[in-house]
Amino acid sequence: MDKRVCPLIRVTGVSKRYKKVQALSSVDLEVQRGEAVALWGPNGAGKTTLLRCLLGIIQFEGTVEVDGFNVKRKGREARALIGYIPQEIRLHQDQSVWETVSFYAQLRSVARERVEKLLKEWELSASRHQMVQNLSGGMKQKLALIIALLSDPPLFFLDEPTSNLDAHTRHEFNLALDRLRLAGKTLVFCTHRASEVRKNADRVLILENGVIKAEGQPDSVRPHLARRTH
Amino acid sequence: MNFNAVRLLSFKEMRDARRNRWFIVVSILFALLSVSLSLLGLAGLGSLGISGFGRTAASLLNLVLLIVPLMGLLLGAMSIAGEREQGTLVTLLAQPVTAGEVFLGKYLGSALALLSTILLGFGASALVIARFAGTQEISDYLYLVAFTMLLGLSFLSLGFLTSVFARRQATAVGAALFLWFTFIFLSDLGLMGTAIVLRLSPPELFWLVMINPAQSFKLAVIGALQKSIESFGAAGLYASDVFGPWLAVVLGGVLCFWTLTALSAALLFFRRRCAD
Repeated sequence: MDKRVCPLIRVTGVSKRYKKVQALSSVDLEVQRGEAVALWGPNGAGKTTLLRCLLGIIQFEGTVEVDGFNVKRKGREARALIGYIPQEIRLHQDQSVWETVSFYAQLRSVARERVEKLLKEWELSASRHQMVQNLSGGMKQKLALIIALLSDPPLFFLDEPTSNLDAHTRHEFNLALDRLRLAGKTLVFCTHRASEVRKNADRVLILENGVIKAEGQPDSVRPHLARRTH
Repeated sequence: MNFNAVRLLSFKEMRDARRNRWFIVVSILFALLSVSLSLLGLAGLGSLGISGFGRTAASLLNLVLLIVPLMGLLLGAMSIAGEREQGTLVTLLAQPVTAGEVFLGKYLGSALALLSTILLGFGASALVIARFAGTQEISDYLYLVAFTMLLGLSFLSLGFLTSVFARRQATAVGAALFLWFTFIFLSDLGLMGTAIVLRLSPPELFWLVMINPAQSFKLAVIGALQKSIESFGAAGLYASDVFGPWLAVVLGGVLCFWTLTALSAALLFFRRRCAD
């Protein structure tokens, strides 16, 4: 079958349980190429868990396929197609910017020229020798974005990427998302901000207690978006 | 298996160990104590006529038994649990690598850091001995070095096992310290008590001793230095009778068994748990 007409992500019957808590219950989902999908829901709804299942980095029941690769059996191949930005920037604090980017670039077999280009493009070239722990929140976010962009993957998972940013950096980050969308990348992101959903998402999935309660274009789920999620 | 990823991860782990203040302090302490014990051993060289390497190997035995298991356990305990607590494990696992490659890379890096430290301590000590007493009985010393490396690896694997179970680094370190105290201090007492209460036969006693990798190490090194392990009583006599010249191989095998069993269990659990 022609891969271009298949969904980039296909999720079938995904369930995840943490001891007594049912984090996800039989989630089914498809994400098309070039689509931007927002995961919306209160804390504990299962958004982060769903992203981790999509990455294949936790055990779960059901099936997740990324571009036809089953993440349980072909996790490496699936993750090679994914750029991931975690909820809080989780990078080694005692490494410099250059050490951090170089390490992930080597893991993804990315050439040094590409690393230099991205550092320049995202204005981190001058801070290459700075330790990660000394970077501002915005700079850390840029660094996480650079790591996600290293191999120019077609798919990005963003777990509340703007939750800890000030208004200016949030604006800059949203511009970056615009660029990704214009470049035809597929985005799956979690957010608490209705404005980001309306601006960046083609489709919204409303998650509650590990179940998809509703889905549709941002306008069609407006009552859900009006609710507080914190 | 992507060996390039394993190599990259192990280099990173080695770099992290070199930046770990605790590990630096213990490594320096080990080197200083090794050299100090060598110098103390050499002090009696003229009057007693005992050659340097054999005497120093005997003096270093207790130092090794105290410090090397602690180094291995703590280095292993901090490895996975530390990354999990900081959240960096998720970032790492989200890359095109498998959980097995991440685990193996981290273990190899930690093992190389630990073995370098052991070799540094013994190397500094060897230079001192060779300078003042020549290289007689160096084989005893090399034997001690080889078994110390096996001891370090077996406790490193146990450290990794505590690390994959723990959510927090402090929990893993606490469990590692408990294991250290149990294996190094409590096991002798427990062994004696069990032997008396259950009236164990020499074979039973010998295999019970083997449950503790530190005891296997002690038995192997004392056997090599004294050329007999009769000081271990009935169990020692039994081991000498049954295994004869192969005893060192059996004891080395026990340490390898500990290393591989603990490592496999840790890997199995890590693959099941990953970023949970």
